[in-house]
Amino acid sequence: MSSTVISHDAGHHDAHGHHHETFLTKYIFSQDHKMIAKQFLITGIIMAVFAMLLSLLFRIQLAWPDKDFPILEVFLGKWAEGGRIKPEFFLSLVTIHGTMMVFFVLTAGLSGTFSNLLIPYQLGARDMASPFMNMLSYWFFFVACVIMIGSFFVESGPASAGWTIYPPLSALPTSIAGSGLGMSLWLASMVLFIASQVMGGVNYISTVLNMRTKGMDLWRMPLTIWSFFLTAIVGLLSFPVLVSAVVLLIFDRSAGTSFYLSDLVVGGQILPNEGGSPILFQHLFWFLGHPEVYIVVMPALGLTSEVISTNSRKPIFGYHAMVYSLVGITVLSFIVWGHHMFVTGMNPFLGGVFMITTLIIAVPSAVKAFNYMATLWRGNIRFTPAMMFAIGMVSFFISGGLTGIFLGNATLDINLHDTYFVVAHFHLVMGSASIFGMLCGVYHWYPKMFGRMMNEKLGYFHFWLTFIGAYLVFFPMHFMGIDGVPRRYYAFTEFPFMEKWVSVNVLVTWAAIIAGLGQLAFLINFFGSIWNGKKATQNPWNSNTLEWTTPVEHIHGNWPGEIPTVYRWPYDYSKPGHDEDFIPQNVPFSQTMSSNMMHDFEGDDEAVRIQEQWNKENNRVVEG
Amino acid sequence: MGNIAMNLEEEIQQTRKAKKFNLWLGIIGMFMMFAALSSGFIVYTASGVDKGIKTILPQAFIYSTLTIVLSSITLHLAYSAAKLGNIGRQKLLLLVTVVLGIIFFVVQVQAWKVLTEQGVYFINNNASQSFIYVFTGLHLLHIVVGILVLLRALTGVLKGIPQGDNVFRMDLATVFWHFLDLLWIYIYVFLLLNQ
Repeated sequence: MSSTVISHDAGHHDAHGHHHETFLTKYIFSQDHKMIAKQFLITGIIMAVFAMLLSLLFRIQLAWPDKDFPILEVFLGKWAEGGRIKPEFFLSLVTIHGTMMVFFVLTAGLSGTFSNLLIPYQLGARDMASPFMNMLSYWFFFVACVIMIGSFFVESGPASAGWTIYPPLSALPTSIAGSGLGMSLWLASMVLFIASQVMGGVNYISTVLNMRTKGMDLWRMPLTIWSFFLTAIVGLLSFPVLVSAVVLLIFDRSAGTSFYLSDLVVGGQILPNEGGSPILFQHLFWFLGHPEVYIVVMPALGLTSEVISTNSRKPIFGYHAMVYSLVGITVLSFIVWGHHMFVTGMNPFLGGVFMITTLIIAVPSAVKAFNYMATLWRGNIRFTPAMMFAIGMVSFFISGGLTGIFLGNATLDINLHDTYFVVAHFHLVMGSASIFGMLCGVYHWYPKMFGRMMNEKLGYFHFWLTFIGAYLVFFPMHFMGIDGVPRRYYAFTEFPFMEKWVSVNVLVTWAAIIAGLGQLAFLINFFGSIWNGKKATQNPWNSNTLEWTTPVEHIHGNWPGEIPTVYRWPYDYSKPGHDEDFIPQNVPFSQTMSSNMMHDFEGDDEAVRIQEQWNKENNRVVEG
Repeated sequence: MGNIAMNLEEEIQQTRKAKKFNLWLGIIGMFMMFAALSSGFIVYTASGVDKGIKTILPQAFIYSTLTIVLSSITLHLAYSAAKLGNIGRQKLLLLVTVVLGIIFFVVQVQAWKVLTEQGVYFINNNASQSFIYVFTGLHLLHIVVGILVLLRALTGVLKGIPQGDNVFRMDLATVFWHFLDLLWIYIYVFLLLNQ
């Protein structure tokens, strides 16, 4: 008979996985998705702190361009001789801040952490499709981080051509200090990073499509999984393109080819390179670069969907619309890259096409924003720290997204391109929104990761400082941008029209410093709670998804016995007729006769008949 | 009776299916890389009349194409032999495939020599010609990995790993190697069309 169940306990599973668990295989070269998730998260947090400190350094320069801070020289040595940050180092700071935040924190730290943690857990899988590749993915990422930080210890300094590394600055080792060894290290680091992301992404896609437990069809997947899945697809299709761009760049730098270089004079010397086109690089770069911003924001959208629904105690509003809008964003993300290049001399017709595709992205994005609000509407809201960050994420997504409509206009972009308006836009919609999504995820799934709860009071404190701080930092930048202040400029005092903005910079810098200090609350909370947090219960948020059916103690293979079977979608919160306000996905309809709706049975006549009979016997009247 | 927990055999099958799927996804990634290079080539070549390959591609490419097609056939036969449990035949054909792979590598490097003799250098102000080296070079890197995958399948069968594992390794190696074969044919045709 097919219903014979071969008992499958954790020990048995170990028999073909790990024979002996040593410290090295458990904590360092672990192939367990839960441990790899934690490795990604902690590395991501370290990189975030590092990148945040870099931003504080250049904020100090922007606010007080004429003041000396002798303490800076103590830490930075020749990069801040006399206590003032050097212009070359300023450029390195913005470059590495951007690179680390976009790639290491918000791509690897966000996607890497939560895809690894939640895909097997929420789908009911024992681990990823290929745990070994998963481990490699982390270690490639780790080495990429080490190399990037290592570039601060070379004599000519880290890369300084901006995170977009446009040639010729990035292609000519002699052009500026940061174009030398620092740039080479940047490229090496990024190649490893891409390898890491592709390996990770392949695993995520494959796991979602092949490793779902019984009953978990695609339309019963939580929105988190949908967003990780689509993010991984975007990454798989776009990162290899960056590899090609970088390979050609490396040849231009090191071998003397002319893919991107032409008609250049450096230090009075005419270079032999002829015939190359820097625009070619921009096309290849932005073919990755634009999808990359959705790689950054989509996981945050998925995490907040789950957290907002759970903490509103309401089904997510428009589940299908949420999925289709993610799919829409995925598809559109590949045909809008030209909006970064409106001012490169692009054919105006082509600019018009890119403008239209860009503005269309506002549609799925708005669908998501409205669905969030409709989910919150009249919900029985629990303002946990995770929920606060989720709502904060929605706030940033809206306020930052609105300025995207300005920037997407080819004509307006002529004025706004490369100004602080752009900086304000992407720091809100991509930077702050994604960081908030990530923090929301950390607060919500911390009990799943570490078996303990985080401190709520510190969480609220952290939220309000960060939320207000982020708006104070980025909102004023819009006005600077409209006034035409260009980004990446070293000293506002050098240009009369910018001088009036120095006072605003002082406000922004103080806000950044205070918000930065606020992160200490998070760090103390995060690392302290690993050992001292209150012990977590199995399902602390009364949530429906499968990860909360696993034991608090982590075991290899996730579930001690059989993997649970899924019977329903993940958003049965506050279902009328049920005695609790949540029904986990593994509860069969036969146990919830008093709350079943006819559409739950998806046209299964037999089930409908049984339900109708039960309704009659129990005098249950179903509305609609 | 569908709603029962999965048993061990099912889980192994599921994992294998997922791993093979991983390979297909990896192939999509590799394909995107070469698609990017192709579009880069097209955009670059269209940027001026002095751009373009502007040379006759070496004869060696025809020989290497024949070699890799032949290696695909031998590998396919090796895979069939493995499925039938004919281990001796599998070993032999697998070894032949590895040798053909190495020959392909050598012939490609030979083709570079011919190209430089024709005055088509890698460092070139007509980067369309540099692209020939980038295409073939990146493909060769993949071939090196492909040979390693073949060797892994070979050591597996030499060590006598269980038949299920053996066939699975062969399955993956075959898919990957056929992809490399097709990729080369694509690159060659692409270059010929732009000759």
